[in-house]
Amino acid sequence: MGHRKTSGGPRSCGGPLAVLAYLIRRLFAAAVMLVVIILVVFCIFFLVPKWAGVDIASSFVGKQADPASVAAVREKLGLSDPIFVQVWHFFKGIFVGRTYAAGGDVTHCAAPCFGYSFRTEQDVWPVLTDRFPVTLGLALGAAVLWLVFGVAAGVLSALKRGSLWDRGAMVIALSGVSLPIYFTGLLSLAIFSYGLGWIDGKYVPLTDSFSGWLGGMILPWVTLAFLYAAMYARITRATMLEILGEDYIRTARAKGLKEQVVIGKHAMRSTMTPILTMLGMDLGALIGGAILTETTFSLPGLGQAVLNAIKTQDLPIILGVTLITSLAVLIANLVVDVLYAVIDPRVRLT
Amino acid sequence: MTAPLHEPTAEAAPSAAEEAAVASADAKAVQGRSLGRIAWERLKRDKLALAGGIIVLLLIVVAVFAPLIASLYGQDPDAYHESLIDPLFSTPKGSLGGVSGTHWLGVEPVNGRDIFARILYGARISLLVGFLSAIVAVVLGTVLGILAGFFGGWVDSIISRVMDGLLAFPQLLFIIALVSVMPDEMLGLNGSSVRVFVMILVIGFFGWPYIGRVVRGQTLSMREREYVEAARSLGAGRFYILFKELLPNLVAPIIVYTTMMIPTNILTEAALSFLGVGVKPPTSSWGQMLSTAIDYYDSDPMYMIVPGVAIFITVLAFNLFGDGVRDALDPKGSR
Repeated sequence: MGHRKTSGGPRSCGGPLAVLAYLIRRLFAAAVMLVVIILVVFCIFFLVPKWAGVDIASSFVGKQADPASVAAVREKLGLSDPIFVQVWHFFKGIFVGRTYAAGGDVTHCAAPCFGYSFRTEQDVWPVLTDRFPVTLGLALGAAVLWLVFGVAAGVLSALKRGSLWDRGAMVIALSGVSLPIYFTGLLSLAIFSYGLGWIDGKYVPLTDSFSGWLGGMILPWVTLAFLYAAMYARITRATMLEILGEDYIRTARAKGLKEQVVIGKHAMRSTMTPILTMLGMDLGALIGGAILTETTFSLPGLGQAVLNAIKTQDLPIILGVTLITSLAVLIANLVVDVLYAVIDPRVRLT
Repeated sequence: MTAPLHEPTAEAAPSAAEEAAVASADAKAVQGRSLGRIAWERLKRDKLALAGGIIVLLLIVVAVFAPLIASLYGQDPDAYHESLIDPLFSTPKGSLGGVSGTHWLGVEPVNGRDIFARILYGARISLLVGFLSAIVAVVLGTVLGILAGFFGGWVDSIISRVMDGLLAFPQLLFIIALVSVMPDEMLGLNGSSVRVFVMILVIGFFGWPYIGRVVRGQTLSMREREYVEAARSLGAGRFYILFKELLPNLVAPIIVYTTMMIPTNILTEAALSFLGVGVKPPTSSWGQMLSTAIDYYDSDPMYMIVPGVAIFITVLAFNLFGDGVRDALDPKGSR
């Protein structure tokens, strides 16, 4: 954005040491937040059923569970330990691996061990690594589309306020934010996949075939991007209009700067700040599992995995995905805050 | 999902109250107009917002009188009409998903329940959850936001950290998790009413930080104003100042955020029911209809289109009305 120096200078960051201290503090806060989230998940899935009088161990064994096998499961998973002990074992397992044992029945889960699913009788970590690329591809592809189209539409609308383009774009945007993705997704499947037969609509891993992957991802990308582009266009337009009324824009114009420079350099810089905040939160949330999109298009991503896990109360999978999701949200927010300082020299990282 | 809320305008909104106050002070010179009056006059001129408002009113009427309308229309939402179903494909006979004089929007695949009647009843769930969860969020957000802003110090620190934390949570995931672990029977409720109750609480709970942040910011900026000082010097207690002096000035942003929160909540309810953790069958909900429609999007597209359009119209109407209210309460807008 422009050729002016974007970092450095006495006013920007306060030296590399301050930035480092800031990063360490933020990472520490993120770690605390992760522990809190894991505690909350443990509480939701252990305390609420206990309060409601449901035994988790027997739900893992099955409907006709005999007391001995229920007790074995409880011992093997450590379900009778206090919650804090269980949380501790969970975190320890991530770094050093974990062994589940009850009598002669021993299951080893190598580090990084995010737990062992009793429903599917497999480690959680491979499930996460299998499904993560699908969700990441979905989120990143859609984000590029919605940023480009949403921001462009919003800026154009703001510049041509009241014009036919502005009204048209805003009507479409308002419709876009009012349409649930599981409806637009089904509609697009019905039209482009079933009706016109242009797109197969089935997910193919990128490693199998690039064109197949592209064909399977194009509808999810477009429908997901449509929803967010509508949201971003509305916010961009509102922010841009507000900024165009600011004194420094008038000053820039009064200096005789070209309109492209006034808009592209001066106005865009401030407009991008709220957009970036949203992008950080949205992208983080999506990377953790675009539950609705993945359900609509049957994409084998994290969102689909966690939804199935929630329905079967498969706690280890839920914990694993929640951890990844929260991590993604926290990292995305951190990146955004650092980017702030790059975009807006007034922001100091302290 | 980020709620499409616009902070700048909402923050600016209370100065409309000041303007109104100034205007009423000059009442003798110029005919004064209250904030509500000004907003209403602006809203009246906004055709789209009015249209949205009328649709919202209609929907409320439909939801409240759903049983009456259904009986006038002559269809029971839970009655099976298997004779109308093609036994081979289990989709409705006839064109457009079985649309006819007796079944205006066709019938469901497999069991042939009347779609129009189910849409009517679905409106009750959508609006009930949308409104009540917004009320939960507004009450929590206003009370906690005002406390954080007014008392500052450790009260503010705790409440603000909780708000930051909740906003950084993967919300949909937690809502799904919470709704799904809740027992099927509690507090004397059972079946779908438990789910509706839980959804209202959980959606409301995750919504309050959006309002809480705005209210906190407003309170922070207002607690040092002269009129608060005047009240304090007259010996007014803290709670008098909080609820009699500050709260009335927060009404504008609270109204704006509430109207914008309702459509978001309606979408969340539909999403939960779509994912199978919302209301339980046979209670009808638009999201749930869409989730069964996934299997028939090719053979019976009508079944998907009807609930989808119902959600769309409802949310669009609320959004149009909400945008209108926001613009009407915005002092920067032209009069």
